[in-house]
Amino acid sequence: MTAMPLAHCDVLIVGAGRAGMAAAVAAAPSGASIVVIDDNPAPGGQIWRDGPGAALPPAARKWREALAHHANIRVCSGTRVVAAPSHDELLLEDAVRGWRMQWKKLILCTGARELLLPFPGWTLPGVTGAGGLQALIKAGLPVRGERIVVAGSGPLLLAAAATARAAGAKVVRIAEQASLAAVAGFAASLVRWPGKAVQALTLADAQYRTSSRIVSVQGDGRVESVRLRQGGRDMEIRCDRVACGFGLTPNTQLGQMLCCALASADTGAQALAVDAWQRTSLPGIYAAGECTGFGGSERALAQGTIAGHAAVGNERGARQHERERAHWNAFAAQLHRSFTLAPGLRQMPKPDTLVCRCEDVPLSALAGCSGWTDAKLHRRCGMGACQGRVCGDAAQFLFGWAPPAPRPPLSPARIATLAGLAAPLNDVDRQ
Amino acid sequence: MSVTTLLHIDGRPVRVKAGSSVAAALHVNGGMGVARTSVTGEPRAPFCGMGVCQECRVRVDGRRMLACQTVCAEGMQVETSA
Repeated sequence: MTAMPLAHCDVLIVGAGRAGMAAAVAAAPSGASIVVIDDNPAPGGQIWRDGPGAALPPAARKWREALAHHANIRVCSGTRVVAAPSHDELLLEDAVRGWRMQWKKLILCTGARELLLPFPGWTLPGVTGAGGLQALIKAGLPVRGERIVVAGSGPLLLAAAATARAAGAKVVRIAEQASLAAVAGFAASLVRWPGKAVQALTLADAQYRTSSRIVSVQGDGRVESVRLRQGGRDMEIRCDRVACGFGLTPNTQLGQMLCCALASADTGAQALAVDAWQRTSLPGIYAAGECTGFGGSERALAQGTIAGHAAVGNERGARQHERERAHWNAFAAQLHRSFTLAPGLRQMPKPDTLVCRCEDVPLSALAGCSGWTDAKLHRRCGMGACQGRVCGDAAQFLFGWAPPAPRPPLSPARIATLAGLAAPLNDVDRQ
Repeated sequence: MSVTTLLHIDGRPVRVKAGSSVAAALHVNGGMGVARTSVTGEPRAPFCGMGVCQECRVRVDGRRMLACQTVCAEGMQVETSA
């Protein structure tokens, strides 16, 4: 049997978004050996995603340079966590190899994913997440000349629309499910966060409608039109692409697999529970950013910085960022109050609408199921390649079913990597 | 570095901007960038764009990869319906 490399580091950070980058840079002056792993091709996370269609802001470049500047930080992009062979070790995989990484301190900065809810036609090619469309455009997806409808909830809709327009698309409608009163209340609250108010102004859009949601998407093999309900009125809009997102949900899978305690975030979604030092319930494991509850990039930076300082024992450094974190925690709470999802969205899927896209399980098949485990065992809902990351979130919103902690492998992995759980270890240098 | 990258999707040559993801290349190849066929035979294309939904999985040089998380490389062989 081929030996599996076993590497060592003092601080292992999972996720190279803002929280992960901030944690690494904060921990670096201690001299600790730091490894940052991330499944994207380059550091920056979803917001600072690089690519031929992206214009990286100077701040993103500054953080990336800071990572490169410290000789004791090593970034492994295109790398995923597969399993946790022991309490202080993770099994990792990139495009070509698998290896095990032993850590002394672990910082989870696993971010958030979009909440994607089922509606008739949501599996048609041309329907993407709203943040998903942004990510695809940044990575080079050409949308010039396309007619695009953006629908769902939250400020991300405006950001996605702006990215699409900058790439030459015609954004023909932005449908926000929240009411005008809720959105206006949010806008008024931005006086407490002036930077956000400026950002909101730059994103203002004449096609923005409140109390508006998707009914269905039509097309023969690809998107041709979308039916929207605005107030009590239905309308159909011809378009080439529909981008939908109903807010974000914390990526807690890795933390859950490690048995870190969860807490209810402001949205009601489950998030990793942390204390004032960003410590999880387990010794030596910290969490920062969206995996502790969705709250935006500034909050992620503050939390990441605190986690990085705390992980190397710099309590003074951590304390200096507490006010900043509190300021952005308040923003997160306001965001959640303003963009609460309307219960009516539970009526979007029809009996024949697929809920599980991997195993093609329609809504009607889930009627009568007693919970998530029952739906998995008897209807194969959540048994496909995404392992319930899409339909599990949808089922939680639709039926209130909470998925249990995931078991390894955490993501689809090669047999050769999984064999590393049993293979002899080849100790390699500290990284 | 060249400003474009030439790869093959199901044997067909496709030229994309350097640094593009395979998901973008699927779209450049034609239609809405269908990556796979679902268990009941429906065409599926990249959906979440960030490595969560697995709808964009393809084979790249014989390895199962997510098109949205993979950067195109010169001469890459991509097979859909993985």
